[in-house]
Amino acid sequence: MFFPISGAQISPVYLVTIGFLIGILGGFFGVGGSFIAGPALRLAGLDWNFAVGTDLAHIVGKSVVAARRHRAMGNVDLRLGLVMAVGTIGGAEVGAQAIQMLKRAGNVNFVVSIVSIVVYLSISTFMIWESRKTLSSSKGRSPRSPAKGAKIKKDHSAFGPVTRAIQRVKIWPMISLPASGIKAISLWLILLVAFVGGVFSGFLGGGAGYIRMPSMVYVLGIPTHLAVGTDLFEIIISASYGTFSHAVKGNVDILIALVMHTGAAIGAQIGAISTQYFAGPKIRLAFVPLPLIGVVIVIYTMISGHKF
Amino acid sequence: MKKEAIKTVRAFAIELVIYALLVIAYFFLVLHLLGQWLYQIEVHHRYLYAGLAILLIVGQAVLLESLTTFLIRLIRGRSE
Repeated sequence: MFFPISGAQISPVYLVTIGFLIGILGGFFGVGGSFIAGPALRLAGLDWNFAVGTDLAHIVGKSVVAARRHRAMGNVDLRLGLVMAVGTIGGAEVGAQAIQMLKRAGNVNFVVSIVSIVVYLSISTFMIWESRKTLSSSKGRSPRSPAKGAKIKKDHSAFGPVTRAIQRVKIWPMISLPASGIKAISLWLILLVAFVGGVFSGFLGGGAGYIRMPSMVYVLGIPTHLAVGTDLFEIIISASYGTFSHAVKGNVDILIALVMHTGAAIGAQIGAISTQYFAGPKIRLAFVPLPLIGVVIVIYTMISGHKF
Repeated sequence: MKKEAIKTVRAFAIELVIYALLVIAYFFLVLHLLGQWLYQIEVHHRYLYAGLAILLIVGQAVLLESLTTFLIRLIRGRSE
């Protein structure tokens, strides 16, 4: 099928299938899935600038579906999401400027590749350690039953003492997040987490859910289910901003994004509904391979010099 | 329990078939009716195109989410 805006010829079945798979990942883990979607679009013959911009547009649509589904299950903290969106947009601009600086210095590909490998490996290693420790320490503590409603919103973490120490930082203004069960937390702490996520989003591309979702759980102490739903809500705002910016620069083929999204719409619902059947530490443990896929892709492109 | 699982899988399969048919019809509408029009806007009015791109993807997301929810309710409601 011919897409006139990007001038690409891509099978709609391929686009729908990729969208469906990424939709499931996004609905379940609260991530945009750009580390798979970008290379998949490039593999289909799209230029990198179009792959990045079109993927962002597709992320907006997929996140709307998954966030609506999560909101229906009570997994979205709107106040937290709106505050985080501000920090993310600011961080994304800083990340994009850093890329421009590296571009001028002529070593953007090497630096971004090394940073992404270090970041992805660190996230996976930490999450393996934490979720396994949490699962082993909670054995026998609670009966194995399907999680229901509010009972699953509170989950525990082996990193809990550090999280509580971070939450004791009292830098004015303090805000309460009743939906997340947090009585008072510094606004600056939330903005800092969102800002760091935004920097990675601008620097490494995509929605950076792979760093924001774990940060929300471990640093802010948000229960995993709420972190997934709120991250998706936040991604709608920050990815819309990114889509607009890329579209103005001529990097978005919205027709490709629309076709891809038809698969993602159903995948995202399946992913979101599936979170009901898993406890927080299990979702976090299942998250581990995702950044590792990113590592494999980056190492492959570094060794072969082939951008898929 | 097994009966329940079979019922869920069957309902999901029916939903997928209906959804696929609707999506194929939608492809033709989007690509044939919107394709050239969007291309012209992208070439001549970049800011308008950027705004339209967001509106289209959000609009489609809301539409498809409502459609799949409706299909799930309709099919599961009938199969029970």
